[in-house]
This record gives sequence, C-alpha cells and structure tokens, in this order.
Amino acid sequence: MPDIIVTLLNLGVVQILLIVFVFVMGLASMMTLLGDRKQSAKIQNRVGPNRARLPFINHPLLGIPHFLADGIKMVLKENIVPDGANKTLHLIAPGLVFLPALVAWAAVPFMDTYCAGEMLIDTATWTETCQGEEHRWFQIMNFNSGLLYGFAIASISVYGAAIAGWASNSNFSLLGGLRSSAQMVSYEVSLGLSLAGVLMIYGTLDMNEMVRQQGYLIGDWLPMWGIVVQPVAFFLFFLAGMAETKRAPFDLPEGESEIVAGYITEYSSMKFAVMQLGEYVATVFIAALIAILFLGGWQVPWLFADGFHFGSTVIELPYWLVIILRIGAMCGKVVLLVWLQFMMRWTLPRFRYDQVMTLGWKILLPLSLANLVVTAFIMALF
Amino acid sequence: MAKHEVKQVERVEPGLWEKSYIPEIARGLKVTIGHFLNNLRPNKEKHTTFTREYPDVPTDYYPDRFRGLHRLMLRDDGQVRCVACMCCSTICPANCIHIEAAEHDDPAIEKYPAVFVIDELRCIVCGLCVEACPCDAIRMDSGVHAHPFTDRGEAFLNRDLLMEMGGLSMAKQGGER
Repeated sequence: MPDIIVTLLNLGVVQILLIVFVFVMGLASMMTLLGDRKQSAKIQNRVGPNRARLPFINHPLLGIPHFLADGIKMVLKENIVPDGANKTLHLIAPGLVFLPALVAWAAVPFMDTYCAGEMLIDTATWTETCQGEEHRWFQIMNFNSGLLYGFAIASISVYGAAIAGWASNSNFSLLGGLRSSAQMVSYEVSLGLSLAGVLMIYGTLDMNEMVRQQGYLIGDWLPMWGIVVQPVAFFLFFLAGMAETKRAPFDLPEGESEIVAGYITEYSSMKFAVMQLGEYVATVFIAALIAILFLGGWQVPWLFADGFHFGSTVIELPYWLVIILRIGAMCGKVVLLVWLQFMMRWTLPRFRYDQVMTLGWKILLPLSLANLVVTAFIMALF
Repeated sequence: MAKHEVKQVERVEPGLWEKSYIPEIARGLKVTIGHFLNNLRPNKEKHTTFTREYPDVPTDYYPDRFRGLHRLMLRDDGQVRCVACMCCSTICPANCIHIEAAEHDDPAIEKYPAVFVIDELRCIVCGLCVEACPCDAIRMDSGVHAHPFTDRGEAFLNRDLLMEMGGLSMAKQGGER
C-alpha cells in the first residue's frame, strides 16, 4: 500500500470519510427515499415514486431521481424564520440534532484491528491473538469506554430537539420539544439499564472488545452473540432504541395528526432537511449499536482470521477476504436492522402519549431491572 | 319519550397474550413483511400492487361503452359519410366541433364538410355527438386515448385525421339508394 494512504489510515482521515460520509450519510439519505417511500409503497401494495427521470435515461432507476430532485428542492426553498423566534437558537438547533448523531460514529468498529503480523487462532477458547503490529484501521477512534461515549453523545441530541421546539416561537413546536425531551429522557433509563446485563457478561466498555468476545462458540457451534445470551435485553434495547430515535410507533414528538410536525414545524429548506437527516442518522446509529452489542458486530458466524471453522474442518480463506467478509457483515447487519425498524414503522400505529410513558416506566424499566437481577444471579451461580 | 333500540356491544378485553405486545407485533410484522417480499418478486404478475401504471402500460380492462377519440366514418367509395347537418356541433355542450359545410359535386349528396375540426382539449367525452348523428358518421369507439399535447394546435383534429381512423359503416346512407 502507498505510504500516504497508510499515514491517512493511521490518522483516521480515511475512516472518517468512508464511514461518516459514504456509509452513514449514504444510508441515511437513501433511507429517506427507499425506506420511507419505496418500502412503504411495497408494503401498502403501491408502486411508489417512479415518474422522475434523469436526463437521457428513460428509466425510473428505482425512483432515485426523485431523491435527487428532493435534494435540489430542499436547497432552493426559501428559509423562513418565524417572527419572534430566537434567531440564533433557531439556527443552531438543526446542527445540535445533526452533529451528535454523526460524532457518535467515532466509536463504532467496522472490523477488528488490522493485524500486520500473523494471527493465531486458539480453537479451545475460540480467540484470535495477533502476533505483530496491530492497526486500528476500521474504527475512527479507539476508546476503551466507547459505549459510554456513544451514549453520552447520543443523549446530547435531546438538546437539539428541545431548543428547536423552544426557539421557534410556536406552540406546536414547543409541545413537540417537550414531548421529545420527556420521551428521550425516559427511555434513556431503560436503554442504559437493559445493557447492564450485557456489560456484566462482556466485562468491558470497548465496543471492539465486545465484538471480539462474541466470536466465542458455545459448545463449538453456537456463536455467543448478545442475542443468544441476553435475549430479553435485545428486545428491551430494540424497543427503547426505537423510542430514543423517535421512530414510529414512538414518533409522538412529530405526531402530525396532533401537533403538525412537532419541533420541526417551523423549519424549512435545508434546516428541515438537516433535522430529518439527523434523525435518520440516529436511527442508523442505534442499528449499529444493536448490531455490535447483540448481533456480533463484524463477526461472521464460524469465520475466524484463517477461514471458516465448522467443528474440526477448516475452510481456509485469505486474510483480505476475511476482512471484506467481516466489513460486509457489519454493514449488512446495520442495513438489516434499519430495514426492520422501518418495517415496524409501517406495521404499528402510533402510541398515545400516556401509553408511551407507561411502556417506558412501568414495563421496560422493571423488565430491564429484572433482567439485570437474573443475569447477576446466573453469573454468580456459574 | 321515544323508545330507542339500544344494542349492547360486548367489549373484548385483551388477554395477557395481546397485552404483552410482542407476539401481536410479530403477527403484524408477518403481514407487512409478507406484502413487502411478495411485491419485490421479479415476476410482476404475482405482485398484489393495485396501482395501474396507466400511460406506460395500457390497462387490460375497458368498459363496453368506453369512449376514445372521435372518428369519421366513410362511405362505400371512401368519401366522408358526414352530410354537414350540424347536429353534432349543435348538441355539443363543450362547443368543440367546428364544421364548415360545402356543396357536393354529386347531385345525390347535398352537402359535405369542407372543414371538420374537433378540439380534443375542449371535448368532455360525453358522446352526445354520436347520439345526435342521423347517419352514423361520427363515432367515439376508436379506443384511442387523447394523447398529451405540447401545443394547443395539435389538439385540433381535422377531417382527414379523423377519417384515417374511420371505417365503413353497416348502416345504409340516406335511406334508399
């Protein structure tokens, strides 16, 4: 590899470009079209957007020209700031929604550390150890407290919603801001507590280390993914995560039948687009967290650094192919989880607000506490 | 006080199974994912999509009395059947038919339309002109849709264009011949 690329990889520039701008932004903006419009159309037996055409190409191209037209429309629209709004806060609120959602990606590993030397695989404990130099090329920054960082950054986005609601000088916006702050604060409790059991099992906050531990094969065949050892926590985290990102059926802060569009009512042009995009990025981030914590992150079942291990038979693969497979697995899991969140959105009707609060405080919180206690008992016994 | 019939509706209280959400959510997801995957199949015949992609794909169903573009029927010798009696342009509620009559060379035929223009943009496709025509000269059974026009002038269909779509009529012209 050329030296310049290696230097940039070590500095993290390439990772930032590829992960944030290509994968996250690409997926989030595609979701606005394919997820929101095409997928809903398929579910509801419609066709979805297919009329816009690119110049000289007489084919709908899955409706992607619509998505480009939407972008142009957003940029060209007039930016309206309501009378009496706090102009400064109204301006920075979309950034406060958008920025945390992107910054949180720093801790997400898309692959294990790149091993310049030789990988040793211990089939007794199913662990890989690297003999030689390790490069953190598939993660923007390496934290040993990556999960805490992710949570801390994700919680900041509540400020964006609350400030947007308050600064717009509109009652609908204010109600939306109140709703979203109440909902996000409530669900963060069960979001964190549902993970306590998982953390007890892995014994680390380093996301990459967590994924490594999920490579262990129970009884030499069952991958020790988070969903296998903590199935209840998976459901709790999935539900709380959906509520945290304000996706339907928990999209009360934007309940259009009640409060127009909640805290984004008074936003227009690119500010509106940034708000929306920030929410989609948050959705993708939650999907990435679920993939890392419960679905084995970049782990492909039975795949180790030298190839697939089925019992004692080994199908040897070159290291570069293993890397590609693992990155593909991580991206695939994220896309699958995002798809599932969208399926939930188009399946379930919106909750009433008191039901959301009841679910959060009276069902999810006690269940996550019970899960914690049971996990602690089992860990103490064995 | 008037007597009202009161119908008591029994309320169905959700059981524990429904209250625990998860199995019911899974049931709902099964339906939506089923539709989603079904409509992704490469074989479009098996899709359950209701949308008709109409101008791109012609519809497979037309009612029996579907009215398309007008056409002017022809005499046995290929001349226009219309005798320029002005019945159609008189009855037309949209005033979209313009006829200028002229004297025919053949003494057996009194008049013929020298100009016969239908403005398809004004036409409301009511079919009254067909009803009014005494000699089966104008019909709306061509089955052709009015295509989109980029210029207003293109929507004026003149006599020759209308005759191109026409054909021979089964009816006898002018009673006894």
